[in-house]
Amino acid sequence: MNFEFSADQMQLKDIARKFLEKEESVKRARKVLEGEESFDQDLWAQIIDMGFTATAIPEEYGGLGLGYLELCVIAEELGRSLAPTPFSSSVYLASEAIINFGDESQKQSFLPGLATGEKIGAFAHNETNTSPTEANISCSFTGGALSGTKIAVADGDVANTFIVTANNGTGVSLYLVDGSADGIQIEPQSTLDPSRSHASITFTNTPATELKSDWSDVLCLLDRAAVLFSFEQLGGAEACMDMAKEYAMGRYAFGRSIASFQAIKHKLADMFIAVELARSNCYYGAWALSTDAPELPTAAATCRVSASQAFHECSKENIQTHGGMGFTWEFDCHLYYRRCRQLAANIGSQSIWKDKLIGSLERANQI
Amino acid sequence: MDFNDTPEEAKFRKEAYDWLASNAELKEGPKDSWRASSEEEGLKQVKIWQKKLHEGGWACLHWPKTYGGRESTPIERVIWGQEVSKFKVPGGYLEIGQGMAGPVMMMYATEEQKERYLPPMATGEEIWCQLFSEPAAGSDVAGIKTKAELDGDTWTINGQKVWTSGAHFSDYGILVTRSDPTAPKHKGLTFFFVDMKSPGIEVKPIKQISGGANFNEVYFTDVKIPDSQRLGAVGDGWKVSLTTLMNERLAVGDASGPDFEEAFSLARGQDLNGKLAIENDSVREKLADWYCQQSGLKYAKYRNISALSRGETPGPQSSITKIVSGNKLQEIANFGLDMLDSAGIVRSDEEGAEQSMYQFGFWGAAGIRIAGGTDEILKNIISEQVLGMPQDMRADKGLPFNEIPTGNK
Ligand SMILES: Cc1cc2nc3c(=O)[nH]c(=O)nc-3n(C[C@H](O)[C@H](O)[C@H](O)COP(=O)(O)OP(=O)(O)OC[C@H]3O[C@@H](n4cnc5c(N)ncnc54)[C@H](O)[C@@H]3O)c2cc1C
Repeated sequence: MNFEFSADQMQLKDIARKFLEKEESVKRARKVLEGEESFDQDLWAQIIDMGFTATAIPEEYGGLGLGYLELCVIAEELGRSLAPTPFSSSVYLASEAIINFGDESQKQSFLPGLATGEKIGAFAHNETNTSPTEANISCSFTGGALSGTKIAVADGDVANTFIVTANNGTGVSLYLVDGSADGIQIEPQSTLDPSRSHASITFTNTPATELKSDWSDVLCLLDRAAVLFSFEQLGGAEACMDMAKEYAMGRYAFGRSIASFQAIKHKLADMFIAVELARSNCYYGAWALSTDAPELPTAAATCRVSASQAFHECSKENIQTHGGMGFTWEFDCHLYYRRCRQLAANIGSQSIWKDKLIGSLERANQI
Repeated sequence: MDFNDTPEEAKFRKEAYDWLASNAELKEGPKDSWRASSEEEGLKQVKIWQKKLHEGGWACLHWPKTYGGRESTPIERVIWGQEVSKFKVPGGYLEIGQGMAGPVMMMYATEEQKERYLPPMATGEEIWCQLFSEPAAGSDVAGIKTKAELDGDTWTINGQKVWTSGAHFSDYGILVTRSDPTAPKHKGLTFFFVDMKSPGIEVKPIKQISGGANFNEVYFTDVKIPDSQRLGAVGDGWKVSLTTLMNERLAVGDASGPDFEEAFSLARGQDLNGKLAIENDSVREKLADWYCQQSGLKYAKYRNISALSRGETPGPQSSITKIVSGNKLQEIANFGLDMLDSAGIVRSDEEGAEQSMYQFGFWGAAGIRIAGGTDEILKNIISEQVLGMPQDMRADKGLPFNEIPTGNK
């Protein structure tokens, strides 16, 4: 059995981690949160230079043609360091949609630009305050053009390539829109996590091409992305656990380190348990994604639920461990608490993924 | 990343499977596990099976061959465990001996003693128990009081042990005693192995919450133990105990009882208020949580196996197994009984009745969360030994043992 990342993959992870530490990615997340910029352009340029955006794009389209395991380890480090860039939208969602459902010309036109970062992709899916379903998506596609409004589109204000879900009269498919097309109106939206920009986008007779897909492909795209997002959540969760421990070790009350209070120790033990379960489930997701296993829907939902739970547990208890300091703007605890919420919401809530998990197990066990 | 065996591993797996296939019965499904009609019957069957294992060369896999083992690698032990779980074979009774007494004998007994005691442990002919806990010392096991006094080369033991699993059918026991009550708590302990048939040992069964009596009180009244049965130096009993406690943590794995599969299949067949239970959202949500926990433990184990397979030391992920699986079992058992509505509380003698399994888990989980280190103690261990946080403040540090308050007040 070889249920581990290879030495090369671990080395890549280490490189990514050191790079993001050196570039003070967490500080940059705070700068984006407090500033006017939608993302950190300098960090984004360096991430592109490192080749991270090109990781899983096939070589024939200008990518590095590495596998998804490589992307997973990078995702974990981006999550650990709260990297304030459009990486997830562009790589896990837009690039993936085109790689999996694009035709030759769509691939030729978009993938090289996504690999070099010249194009930034975003996934426009939600429309109202309920989770999108095949029945409630009202954005429409007729006569080669899209119309409708999408909300809370991560990186919607900085993207120049959109993957949009829309109903074409027979069902919901994925559509590809070039940002320079007519009829796109973008309104930035402020969110709980301003270190990641969001926007509402209204399409009015916007020219679009179809990615050969139906609703099951939309779900498949979300499954694939869920594995990668889970790794970001895992990295974030572990960062919170480490922060909480480090703070506790150095903080004294009642004449002793608060890390010697059992209530704090058991809190940390609970975080450790959540992180280890999430990590093991993420590995399962990584295996399923990288081998195109039929178990992907189950594995994706499992790691998504487990990693969301771990990040939630760790980010809230990290604040608690910091006491009053945890509630300040100055400390970084809230950056993780915000990101945890953003990542938990962006591709569907806990309840949805739990329901999907049981649904996929029901299908797998149909007897 | 893959789940494949190396060629050597595959060869070992096949060898194990082939032997099992010609010596045991394959399980028909996950629920089809071995169960004895009584403790007596179980013990008999376990001994017969263990003898067979030994003759086939499959007993105590990692032990030296001279003591009845196979000298297998850690990964081979894991593979054996996976293969044997496919078969309906007897189990229990021998874990304390082979898992805890064995390693401590291996480390501290004389060569002669090892040759005498280890092989019958491997063949299942002799059964061992663990005499650690006392009325006033369980989690704080270094607080035991059972007195050991040396006269010439014979020790005299007086005191009481409690919760001793299997003492009533054991041939030998590993015993920790206090040889110097004036020394600090961890310093005055001495470790022995003892013949359970020694004069002065009285075993009294304790009725458990389940109604059964698998554990006992064991009284020692002027029990004589030759100094040659001391394991480790006088006063070094704590160090020796730690060897067994470490092995205990490795030995206790997954809690056995109904798991996700059972709860899932129950929910898919069970009516709940006019609909199938599986269609109920709160049921789905709980099932999803248990699936994620079960899957997390499974893949944590795979990560361990991968490390072993590479010849590396596994990470600390296995330290979460008992806490997660014990609590999961308790919740699943409660859920299963809840699903059966009022029928869930009715005892059934019918073989394979749905509620029996959940009732079994209902009792069992409560014990698992305590035995072999409580949840709270395990969380102390994770925070201290895995995360490196400071030890608890101890009120008894450095005090002579006989000045420390202990037990119930
Ligand atoms: C089914 C079963 C089989 C057993 N078999 C054996 C056996 O074969 N041999 C043997 O020697 N023993 C055996 N035991 C005993 C077992 O090891 C002890 O019961 C266990 O270690 C707890 O000790 P205690 O019962 O004295 O509880 P206590 O130590 O009194 O604990 C009571 C409560 O206090 C908590 N507590 C105690 N100390 C701390 C602390 N430092 N921090 C936080 N919380 C704390 C505990 O977690 C628990 O919730 C068995 C127990 C059971 C249930």
